[in-house]
This record gives sequence, C-alpha cells and structure tokens, in this order.
Amino acid sequence: MSMRLFELMLWAAGKTVLLSAVSIMIGFAIGLMVCAAKLSPNKLLSIPGRLYVSLFRGVPLLVQLLLIYNLLPALGIMVPSVVAAIAGLSLCTAAYQAENLRGGFQSVPRGLLEAADMVGMSPWKQLTRIRAPIAFRLTLPALVNEAILILKASSLVSVVGVIELTRMAQNLSASSFRPLLFYSVAGGIYLVICWTIAGGGSLAERMLKTEGRA
Amino acid sequence: MSIDFGLIFARMPEILAAFWVTVWIWIVSNVLAVFLGFGVATLRRYGPLWLDLLLRLLVEIIRGTPFLVQLFLLYFGGPFIGLSLDPIPAGLLGMTVYSTAYYSEIFRAGYNAIPVGHIEAAECVGLTRGQIIRRILVPEMTMLVLPQCVNMAILMMKETAILSIITVPELTLVVGAIGSQQYAFVEAMLLLALFYWFLVELSGFLGRIAEARLSKFRFAHS
Repeated sequence: MSMRLFELMLWAAGKTVLLSAVSIMIGFAIGLMVCAAKLSPNKLLSIPGRLYVSLFRGVPLLVQLLLIYNLLPALGIMVPSVVAAIAGLSLCTAAYQAENLRGGFQSVPRGLLEAADMVGMSPWKQLTRIRAPIAFRLTLPALVNEAILILKASSLVSVVGVIELTRMAQNLSASSFRPLLFYSVAGGIYLVICWTIAGGGSLAERMLKTEGRA
Repeated sequence: MSIDFGLIFARMPEILAAFWVTVWIWIVSNVLAVFLGFGVATLRRYGPLWLDLLLRLLVEIIRGTPFLVQLFLLYFGGPFIGLSLDPIPAGLLGMTVYSTAYYSEIFRAGYNAIPVGHIEAAECVGLTRGQIIRRILVPEMTMLVLPQCVNMAILMMKETAILSIITVPELTLVVGAIGSQQYAFVEAMLLLALFYWFLVELSGFLGRIAEARLSKFRFAHS
C-alpha cells in the first residue's frame, strides 16, 4: 500500500473519530434529558422516557439509520447524509447513556443527601455539588465503554453513504481488488483507536479516584 | 407522504421466510458461541500462559474492531486465502466468532466471581480438577452469568441486521428489498423496526422469566 493510500485511510479514520465524538457528546446531552425524564415522579415524563430507552435499545442501529436516512426526505426535510448519520448515532447512544446515568444517579449514597439536607443545601446545590459529580464518576467507566461501542458502530454509517473509515476501505478494496489488505488496515486502525480510548478512560478513572469517598 | 403498510403485508410469505433465516442464524451462532466462549475461558484459566496470552489477544482484536469490518474481511477477503463462503455460512461463521469473544469474557468474569473457598473446599474433600469444574464451577457460574448471557443474546439479535450488508437473506435485507420494489421503503423500515423491537422485548421478557425460575439455585454469597 502506497503512502498516499495510507494517508487516505488516516483521513477517513479522522472522520470516523469526529463522527463518533460528536455523536457521543450530543447523545450525552439527550441522554441526560431522557434520564431526567425517566427518573421524574411525573408519569407524563417518565413513561415517554421509558419508551424512548426501550425503543432505541430495541431496534438495530442499522435499521434506525436506514429509517432516519429515508424518513427525513419523505417528510420533506432535506439534510446531508452526514447529518442523518450523526442523528442516528446520537439518538441511539442517548438511550444507552440515559440508562448508564440512571444507574449512576441511583447509586449516590442516601446518607450524603440526608447530610446535605441537614446542613440546609438547596436541591439545586445538592445536584451540582453532590449528585452530579458522584454520578458522573460512577458512570465514567460505562461512558468509556459506550464511546468504544459507538466508535465501532459508526462503521454502519457507511451504508448511508458517509465516507468514513469502513467506507474508505470498501472503496479502496473495490478499486484495487485487495480487500484483505484494506480491511485489515481498517481493522488495525479501529483497534488502535479503541485501545487509546480504553487507556485514556482508565487513566481518567485513576485520576478521579479519591479513596475513602463514595 | 402517505403510509400504506398493505404493500408490505402483501409479501408476508417472503418476510416470514426471512424471519426464519434471522432466527436460526441467531440461535445457532449463539448456542455455538456459548460453548466456544466457555471453552476459551476455560483454556485461558487452566491452559499454559502462552495460550492465555494468545487467546486474550484474539479476543481483544475481535472486541476492538467493528463487526461489519470483520464480515467484510471474511466475505470479501476470504476468497483470497482460499476461504470462499456463501453469504449464509459466512454470516454464521462471522456471528459465531464475534459472539464467542464476548461470551468468553462473560465466562471469564464468571470464573473469577466464584468464591475461592468453594474451590478450596472441593480440593480438600479430594475432588479432581475435572470434577471441580463440572460439579462446582459450572453450576455456580451458570447462575452468575445467566443475566449477562441473556443480555448478550439480545445484543446479538440486533447484530444479525448487519448480515444484510453481506447479502444474507435475513429480515433487514428482504424487507428492505421489498420496500424498494414497492416504492414503500419508509413503511418497510418502520415495520422492520417494530418487528425487531417486539423480538427484543420478547427475548428480554423470556430471559427474566428464566432468571426468576433459576434464582432458587443461586448460592448465598459469603
């Protein structure tokens, strides 16, 4: 493989990372809202929240992507395929992240909140000073895991015509008749990115770890 | 935009045939992967160090690359090394290899979660290693790993949709093709989404029943 082709693969890998990172961040924001809705005592919020999680976790991502990609134009909304791809990835990861966050918020020790009540902290202050930081630390491993899953799942957006790492490998192997080479290189690049995320995640966990506290 | 599901329902026999393909590939690959995954975890635990490291590397490679890329490598790259497979065998092989890696990690965690005291007690009364595995580890582990295995099987049900990309005639491929032929692709995809949703919820429900049934065999944690 010439240097030129390898550079093309790396450029496409950059696009894969960008797509995944943007989707994870949008998905985190949506996931927070879904999590808040699900934990709400108001049934008008908690039932749609539950339905969202069940639906987006119950349908294969490929089907979600094909549906969004074809539904939007049918409704008269014309968007580039990248936008449809990011929308699909974000909506899907939001459901998983909402579940992770729910687990985190529900594992905040009750005693800490009771103590906060005792010293007269407002509910908002309890959220920003106690519940959110602890829940975030508890969900960090799950978030790293989800980032890796989304990075791998982003290979599926190749079917709606977005040029990323998998699509680039597909195009190059079709034009060169060397699928073994290009798919192996693509796999190797995915592996390096995954291991980097996993390594960064465990580093962050160690830095956030504070012994003796929840 | 008008929605007309009738165009899709007219092709029900084809859809049912595709549904059957999805279900049997899912079941066969998962059953194979559970046994292979258990084998991999057992070899890693009791085999020599080099085998443990080799298997670990393989598992990490399979878990660190997208399923789609693995399928492409197998289906389009395979013929270059003398491995020409039709879509269904390729899909079945790909699914089995991919799920084996994940199941082996579940079983590895299961092995590690069994209290050492149980194994020491078994050694004290003179059970052989084979007996310990069969009589102590496997029964206790079955209870421990069941929820994760159900979860994994459900994830794999959704992964079968990806097989459509290498033209395995399963649900997603067939329903998508019908949708294109009838100019009703959105309807087809909506129906497909509902179908998978139903399947996933049903499997989750059955899994919870199985867990409740088996929970009486759960040992008390010390």
